[in-house]
Amino acid sequence: MHPVISISGLSKTYASGFCALKGVDLDIRQGEIFALLGPNGAGKTTLISIVCGLVNPSAGRVTVGGCDIVRDYRAARAMVGLVPQELTTDAFETVWNTVSFSRGLFGKPANPAYLERLLQDLSLWNKKDNKLLTLSGGMKRRVLIAKALSHEPQILFLDEPTAGVDVELRRDMWQLVRRLRDNGVTVILTTHYIEEAEEMADRIGVITRGELILVEDKAALMRKLGGKQLTLQLAAPLEQIPAALSNYGLVLAKGGRELVYHYEAEGEDNALVDLLRELAAAGIVIADLHTSQRSLEDIFVSLVSEREPGREGAR
Amino acid sequence: MNWHAVRAIYLFEMARTRRTLLQSVLAPVITTSLYFVVFGSAIGARIPEVGGVSYGAFLVPGLIMLNLLTQSVSNASFGIFFPKFSRTIYELLSAPVSHFEIVLSYVGAAATKSILLSVIILATATFFVPLRIEHPLWMIGFLLLTAVSFSLLGFILGIWADNFEKLQLVPLLIITPLTFLGGSFYSIDMLPPVWRTLTLFNPVVYLVSGFRWSFYGHADVAVGISLGMSMLFLAVFVGVATWMLRTGYRLKP
Repeated sequence: MHPVISISGLSKTYASGFCALKGVDLDIRQGEIFALLGPNGAGKTTLISIVCGLVNPSAGRVTVGGCDIVRDYRAARAMVGLVPQELTTDAFETVWNTVSFSRGLFGKPANPAYLERLLQDLSLWNKKDNKLLTLSGGMKRRVLIAKALSHEPQILFLDEPTAGVDVELRRDMWQLVRRLRDNGVTVILTTHYIEEAEEMADRIGVITRGELILVEDKAALMRKLGGKQLTLQLAAPLEQIPAALSNYGLVLAKGGRELVYHYEAEGEDNALVDLLRELAAAGIVIADLHTSQRSLEDIFVSLVSEREPGREGAR
Repeated sequence: MNWHAVRAIYLFEMARTRRTLLQSVLAPVITTSLYFVVFGSAIGARIPEVGGVSYGAFLVPGLIMLNLLTQSVSNASFGIFFPKFSRTIYELLSAPVSHFEIVLSYVGAAATKSILLSVIILATATFFVPLRIEHPLWMIGFLLLTAVSFSLLGFILGIWADNFEKLQLVPLLIITPLTFLGGSFYSIDMLPPVWRTLTLFNPVVYLVSGFRWSFYGHADVAVGISLGMSMLFLAVFVGVATWMLRTGYRLKP
C-alpha cells in the first residue's frame, strides 16, 4: 500500500542558521496513529509545519496522498487538518463562526449538520454562540480540534495535543483519536507525554536534534527494548548465587537480599517457571516478588541519551 | 478557484468591520464633517473660488481621497497583520488557497470597506456644499483603482510590519503627510514654482488631481497622466505583494 505521507531527505535550516531537520525520511501509513516523540527543540513542530505548509523546506520532498506539497499544494492541503500547539484563536469570533470559517477556508461548502455533530462530539455544542475569549484553555483546545476537523480531513496532525490539558479532556481526546482512526483518518501526533504514545500510537518515531533515529511499530519496539525484570526478595540473604542457578544470569542486589532476573516478556519458554522451581529445590525461600516492565519512557530516555552524551534523562 | 475560501475570508473581514462599526465608519465621517465645517464653511468663506468652484466644493474630492487612502491602508494592513500577530495565520497558510485568492479576499474586503466609507462621506458632503460630478464613470474608476491599489499597499505593510508601532508609523509618517501635501486641500497652482515642481514627485498629487477632474473637469495634471500613475501604483503593489507571498516573506520561516 502506498504511504499516505511520504517524506524524503527533508532538511530545514532557519535563517538564524539553526538546523532543525537533517535529512529526514519517513513514510506514514494510511489509517495509522503515528506518534512523533522527541525532546524540546528536536524538530517535531518543524517537521509538521513543513508538511502543512507553514514553513518552507530547505531541501527534500514531501507528498501527501501522492500530491507534492509544493507543486500540488491545493490537493495536498485539502486532505490535512492541523491542530497547532499554541492556543491561537480569534478572540472575538463565536465558536460556530470560527469553525464554519475553517470549513470554508478549506474549500468545503457549508454543512451545518456535520458541524453540529462535530461540536457535539467535542462537547462544544452548548458553547457554539460563545465568543472564543470567554472560553477556558481546555475549551479553546477543543475549538482548535473542531476547526482542524471542520473540513473532514483524511489526515490529522496534532501538535502536542494534551500539553496543559486536564485529565478529562485528555481522555476525551484519546477517544476522539481512536474514533477518527476507526473512520479511516490517519493521525500524526507529537507529544511530550510518553504514556500518550504508549497508549495511543500504532507506530512511534523518535526524533532528536533534527534526526529521526528510530521508527518502529509500538508493539515491536516494546518487545525489542522492553524486557521484563523479576525482583525476588529473599527471606535470608545470599552470599552468592548457587552454581545450579548460574545459567539464568541472575544478579544479587541489596547485599544479597534481592535476586534480579531479566527475561523477555513474550518469551515462549518456561524459564520463569523453571527458575522458581529450581530456587525452591535449592532451598531459597522467597519473601516477596514483583515484576516490572521497561516503559517506553525508559527506552526513549536511553535512546536519546545514547545520542546525546551528557544529556541524561532528556525528555 | 477556491471560492469558498475567498467568501469565508471576505465575510470574516467584513464581519470585523461590523464589529468595529463605530471606529471604522463613524469616526471618519465625523472627522470629515469637521473638515467641512472648519475649512469649508468657516475658513472657506474667506477663500475665493478655486478652479471655478467654491472652496468647500473643491475640498470634497480631496477629502474623499484622503479618507480612501488612509482607510484602505489601515484596513488592509490590520486585516493581515492581526492574524500574524495573534498567530491564527497558521490556518490561512495551511489552507488550500492560492496567493491570488488570499490577496483577492483580504484586499477585496479592505477596498470594499474604504469605498463604502467614501460613498458615505460623499453623501455627507452634499449636506454642506453643492456638488456636481462631470465624469461619473471616471470618478468610479479612480475610486476603485485607488481603493484597490492602496489596500494592496496596506496588505504589503501588514505583512512587513512585525510590531504595532511599525504598523501605525508608516501611515502616520508617510501616507498622511503625502496626502496632506498632495493637494487634498489646495490646488498646486497656488504654490510657488519651486514647491510646485517638488510636489510633482508626490504620487498622491496624481490621484487627487485625477479624482478632482472627474468631479469638476479641472485638474492640476492631465487626467491621462493621473490614470497612468494610478495604474503604475497598482502594478508596483501587485508586484511586491506577489513577491512577498511567493517567497513567504515574514510569513513563512
